[in-house]
Amino acid sequence: MSLINIKINGKDIQVAAGTTVLQAAKKVGIEIPTLCHMNLHDLNIEHNPGGCRICVVEVAGRRNLAPACVTKVTEGMEVKTHTMRVLNARKTVLELILSDHPFECLTCAKNGTCDLQKLAQDLGVREIHYQGEQSSYKEDNSPSIIRDMDKCIMCRRCETMCNEVQTCGVLSGVNRGFDAVVAPAFEQDLIQSPCTFCGQCVAVCPTGALTERDYTNRVIRALADPTKTVIVQTAPAVRAALGEEFGLEPGTLVTGKMVAALRKIGFDKVYDTDFAADLTIMEEATELLGRLTKFLNGDKDVKLPLLTSCCPAWVNFLEYQFPELKDIPSTAKSPQQMFGAVAKTYIAEKLGVAREDLIVVSIMPCLAKKYEAQRPEFAVNGNPDVDFALSTRELAHLIKQSIGDLKDLEEEDYDKLMGQSTGAGVIFGNTGGVIEAACRTAYEFHTGKTLEKVDFKQLRGLEGVRTASVDIDGLELKLGIAHGLGNARKLLEMVKNGEADFHAIEIMACPGGCIGGGGQPLHHGDSSILKARAAALYRADEEMKLRKSHENPEIISLYKEFLGQPMSEKAHHLLHTEYFDKKKVIYIEK
Amino acid sequence: MSRIQIKLKEQDYKAIREICHSFNNDPEELINVLHKTQGHFGYLPAEVQEAVAQELNVPVAKVYGVVTFYSFFTMSPKGQFPISICMGTACYVRGAEKVLEEVKKELKINVGETTPDGKFSLSCLRCVGACGLAPVVMIGDKTFGRVAPEDVKKILAEF
Repeated sequence: MSLINIKINGKDIQVAAGTTVLQAAKKVGIEIPTLCHMNLHDLNIEHNPGGCRICVVEVAGRRNLAPACVTKVTEGMEVKTHTMRVLNARKTVLELILSDHPFECLTCAKNGTCDLQKLAQDLGVREIHYQGEQSSYKEDNSPSIIRDMDKCIMCRRCETMCNEVQTCGVLSGVNRGFDAVVAPAFEQDLIQSPCTFCGQCVAVCPTGALTERDYTNRVIRALADPTKTVIVQTAPAVRAALGEEFGLEPGTLVTGKMVAALRKIGFDKVYDTDFAADLTIMEEATELLGRLTKFLNGDKDVKLPLLTSCCPAWVNFLEYQFPELKDIPSTAKSPQQMFGAVAKTYIAEKLGVAREDLIVVSIMPCLAKKYEAQRPEFAVNGNPDVDFALSTRELAHLIKQSIGDLKDLEEEDYDKLMGQSTGAGVIFGNTGGVIEAACRTAYEFHTGKTLEKVDFKQLRGLEGVRTASVDIDGLELKLGIAHGLGNARKLLEMVKNGEADFHAIEIMACPGGCIGGGGQPLHHGDSSILKARAAALYRADEEMKLRKSHENPEIISLYKEFLGQPMSEKAHHLLHTEYFDKKKVIYIEK
Repeated sequence: MSRIQIKLKEQDYKAIREICHSFNNDPEELINVLHKTQGHFGYLPAEVQEAVAQELNVPVAKVYGVVTFYSFFTMSPKGQFPISICMGTACYVRGAEKVLEEVKKELKINVGETTPDGKFSLSCLRCVGACGLAPVVMIGDKTFGRVAPEDVKKILAEF
């Protein structure tokens, strides 16, 4: 690649052709402020509309200021990154953006984590010199996501995530000029659109325009109610990210401190979704082997590949975009819902609490889990299996307002019955983790032999679509893995067209898997944070004594005492579900 | 879980499909398809946009984005006599806004709307190239120049 000579603030440097001024400046240690720009290069996600004009710089010989994020370097270019003209222009641009932004910072859900707020602080804006009309849109309250478009600054990052990365096609720029806004078709609410509630739009929104539906107060009310027994489950990916909200390094595992915090807050029992992940593997691996055996015995009608079904956003995606494939996913419920179903039967009985007096709270890295918890098929006589799903961010708020901090707490263990887990359960939070966990159990179920080497490293990584094979004692298991719904679409198109040669496919809706979920602490475009979280979960797996789901003693006793066998009638009733065709249909009137 | 239904009359659905087929159902031709579809229906209601989206295999949000971006496209049926009031600089300074207010008051509709009897619809535009006649109002294919607010009632009565 050819090198190009440029000068930044008088300093000569050489950079590769095609480099932007923004990237070049970084090389000489200058961080040019940006707002609409977003680059998660490890995940091939880039959003460069060059629209906000915050990153402008002075280029010698150029009349107007140049946006650094989209201006490529040219031979002999001389750039000045912080002249008075530049600093004034940036401030003016920001003041103009702020002139159409509600001044609700103190009560905004994004207070403290807002990119716009940080920029106003960094650029030293102390006064808005412009006054004019303020945009006003109706608020959109879905079970998962709140859209408050008065706070939208039209960076359009959400559109890139929704259309290009996730290929859901829900959000689009509509109207023009001052009335322009990002919205679903006909400016309807998200619940009327094919939104999967993956929350990736929320994960990248720089302001409070897109936030999660917050159920913290509902949980606080339940905790204060003496007639209720409130239990909680914590998803695998939460432990690897929660610490970030308390100033700990990304990738710090806070499992024991989180358990201690939840107990201090007042939850009657603290259980682990990792346990339910192990339970999922028991059912899913059995289902996979069942289908595989039929297939190998010449049954042509058997549905293969088996698709994993743990990710509720992915399930929504399938129901809206590929309903013709709805018989292929594993019928196993997600770990959250398996936990809920077992908690409101088995645990209720063990604790001697009536179903309606048992409140199940889940802590999830995910916003689609909120929607999933409210699906009517996951309720008995209107009483949901999972009452409230809080995101990792909401848990951080709950901890902060209840007990302040978790950093200095003594580590504690989960409660018995649904608190023990294996390394297979904890890697559910990473892309490739569910299929790896399934392989560990499928191997031993199928061969009856002990699997010595439990790490299937060929299933790991951040490549969007991966294929790998696993040798199960002579039987070659062909596997596909996709994370990000756009990547999932590629595999699903292959399945639909009969071009896929897989026995099983794992799909997670969010880039990186649950560690990059829409409910996690905001990464602010830093993909190294996602990598640190992924590494933390693999570390947690390695540190576990038990690393195969079927070796979990609490799982063994749950089957012995309550469920019988995997795929038994009772297991089928409590732990399995069905999928629905939700594609819009055109109804022809004669 | 019930699926969302989009209701369309058979002949309308057929017309949309034919228009899309004439552009080989190419998503790149979205604007041309919408242009022709509006030519057929007179406007682009939601269910028509849904059908176009399905035929071209593009998200309906994108179709709606295009329809709302270009002022040529409209989601409400135009009246028998579409009224266009010029808001170009010359007309504006000579009182076009007062004329607009008078029309709104007289017909009890806002810009972008159609009277309940379908007779008049109201829109604004920027310069018809007749600045010498400012302020200019067009109704159907007739042009009225130097319109004063007090003329509005009389002009409307002609239709």
